[in-house]
Amino acid sequence: MGAGSLVQMGLWALLALLAITMGAKAEDLPFAVHMYIFAAAALLALVFKARSFGKPAPDTSGYLDGVVRYGAIITVFWGVVGFLVGVVVALQLAFPGWNPDLEWFNFGRLRPLHTSAVVFAFGGNALITTSFYVVQRTNRTRLALGNLSWFVFWGYQLFIVLAATGYLLGVTEGREYAEPEWYVDLWLTIVWVAYFLVFFGTLLQRKESHIYVANWFYLSFIVTIAMLHIVNNLSIPVSIFGSKSYSAFSGVQDALTQWWYGHNAVGFFLTAGFLGMMYYFVPKRVERPVYSYRLSIVHFWSLIFLYIWAGPHHLHYTALPDWAQTLGMVFSIMLWMPSWGGMINGLMTLSGAWDKLRTDPVLRMMVISVAFYGMSTFEGPMMSIKAVNSLSHYTDWTIGHVHSGALGWVGMISMGCMYHLIPRLWGQKEVYSLRLVSWHVWLSTLGIVVYASAMWVSGIMQGLMWREYDDQGFLVYSFAETVAAMHPYYVIRAFGGLLFLVGALIMVYNLYRTIGGQRPVKVAVPGAALAAAE
Amino acid sequence: MKHESLEKNATLLLIFSFLVVTVGGLVQIAPLFYLQNTIESVEGMRPYTPLELAGRNVYVREGCYVCHSQMIRPFRDEVERYGHYSLAAESQFDHPFQWGSKRTGPDLARVGNKYSDDWHREHLMNPRNVVPESVMPGYAYLMNKEVKIAGFGKHLATLNLTANNGKGNMYSDEQVASAEADLQAQATGVDADAMLARYPKSQARDFDGQPAKVTEMDALIAYLQMMGTLVDFSTFKTEVEPR
Repeated sequence: MGAGSLVQMGLWALLALLAITMGAKAEDLPFAVHMYIFAAAALLALVFKARSFGKPAPDTSGYLDGVVRYGAIITVFWGVVGFLVGVVVALQLAFPGWNPDLEWFNFGRLRPLHTSAVVFAFGGNALITTSFYVVQRTNRTRLALGNLSWFVFWGYQLFIVLAATGYLLGVTEGREYAEPEWYVDLWLTIVWVAYFLVFFGTLLQRKESHIYVANWFYLSFIVTIAMLHIVNNLSIPVSIFGSKSYSAFSGVQDALTQWWYGHNAVGFFLTAGFLGMMYYFVPKRVERPVYSYRLSIVHFWSLIFLYIWAGPHHLHYTALPDWAQTLGMVFSIMLWMPSWGGMINGLMTLSGAWDKLRTDPVLRMMVISVAFYGMSTFEGPMMSIKAVNSLSHYTDWTIGHVHSGALGWVGMISMGCMYHLIPRLWGQKEVYSLRLVSWHVWLSTLGIVVYASAMWVSGIMQGLMWREYDDQGFLVYSFAETVAAMHPYYVIRAFGGLLFLVGALIMVYNLYRTIGGQRPVKVAVPGAALAAAE
Repeated sequence: MKHESLEKNATLLLIFSFLVVTVGGLVQIAPLFYLQNTIESVEGMRPYTPLELAGRNVYVREGCYVCHSQMIRPFRDEVERYGHYSLAAESQFDHPFQWGSKRTGPDLARVGNKYSDDWHREHLMNPRNVVPESVMPGYAYLMNKEVKIAGFGKHLATLNLTANNGKGNMYSDEQVASAEADLQAQATGVDADAMLARYPKSQARDFDGQPAKVTEMDALIAYLQMMGTLVDFSTFKTEVEPR
């Protein structure tokens, strides 16, 4: 406890003061609310720091797993929140009476809350948590830069709280998956830079000569998301005391910037980072090395190079110039190859150990997730073909596609990792009940299949209805008639989502029983002897 | 160079993987800012009036883009259902763009002047009053939320800070200075001549049936009623026929 701590406390006090001043001068209510939330967080950090005075210096040998434990629990928590809001918005579409006609809970505000809760709160925490776990184990070193990883953890939760309350209060930039306003974006930038520093610093102080492949994916995900986030969120606030800002770009340029970001939120946030998980946890679970190291190298470089071009396929037949659309389509189709290369690498890691699928439901979950990855990365390139897109765009087919990726791939690989991680972090060999894991696996799989099939039918049906002509040459259906035709599928979809949610609740119970009464364990960093074995 | 050198040097790996991901954006996005033919020049386009802009901000805030597109594609059925396909020029003043990616409800790019103000008000109060099949939420509370008129010029001044495709300021000094008066005038229809002269083809009247106050319902309906009405397609020559 020296001068450093005092400086930190001073900084927190200063931040709290700044936030209170901004809150007092706020020009709109949401901004004031957010500034006071921010001030409260800064004060909490200050108090926490102050309480550490006079206590013995914490033990900094071994892996820094406290933040991973917190991260694992919060991942599960946000997952359930995200799935629950998903079921609610699905019901709002099936039965509009579920919109309470209160401004805070209408579909238009809850749907961004749902997508962000799942992508950034659940997915983001799963990524941060697993990356902190993996980067320590694969480099045999403690997380770098002292307690900065704790700042990343809490700072990221603050970002989530600000974003989520912002949606309900109507604070949005109106950019899909990048809705938070300028000041929340600034905060996320700070947190993200800290995240990068921790991760990269840990790589630099590694005790292994080679950087393991999972870390390539995590690193690329962190760096690329920083680039995408900063460029896409360039906006000019109307006042520094107000929440509203206007995007720096407009029209066509704004659209392509947004979807360059938006598709790579899929490509780097929801794919590259989660491939990092796959490359560590699947081999660990199978107790076999990755199928092909060479394929990993090809997979990595081709995936990150190609993905960044795919954005324009969200803008087919729009006012975006044709050359850009075609470029986006061509690269999206090429993307099929590295995606399947990765899938094959993940699945074939089971060579010689396929029998484990019968006995290990956690592995089953991971393998199903990789299978969903393969399915949705085939579906995606197909939908990016302009002729297919002319039918699928603007319909539920897109929604179904996203969910087979988000629930199937992202959701199940994350939850599989949590089943693997959490017992180990609390000194257990396995989760409380593998039988319950099995239930979870099949309920989620069934839920996704129900969900995706309902969306295929409704999407293709609505697309066809919009373009249906009678023999006199008139459009057959009014728009309202096509909306009415969607009703049964929206009910089925909500049911599929509910199955997925029930599966997740079973997981919560299972993990609760696993952790309950157990003490966290400290894991020592293995010595040099292990280096030879790697 | 062997791949091993990247695997053994974190800094090299960082630099290489970053360079690799910058290429796509540079090739695809950067040219849109300088290629002249990205946005065709069209008669009639103008920036939003203060009231329309306030309405557009409500549209963004409520997440309307989650279910409504503003981008008509050049297909026979879309053109017949919604009107002429959307031009790049028509969203050149849109910060942010609101093309949308899902049509749970219909496209709105040319909804302007297709329905009466009364219809819009009824529909926004409770969509099922006029469209029984609708799954849209109700927005009755917009009737009670007044538009914050004081200081609205700041919004226009902020938009003037954007690049605007190299065409100079979006709003003239006069437009910025008279923003509050123009907003009031358009939402009431009283003394609106100067405002109508500053913004050609704009419409000034009480939109929400509550003459005493300027509500977000006024603003949103004013925005909806102008959507897609600026370009005159009876004189506009299309370069491409609908597919």
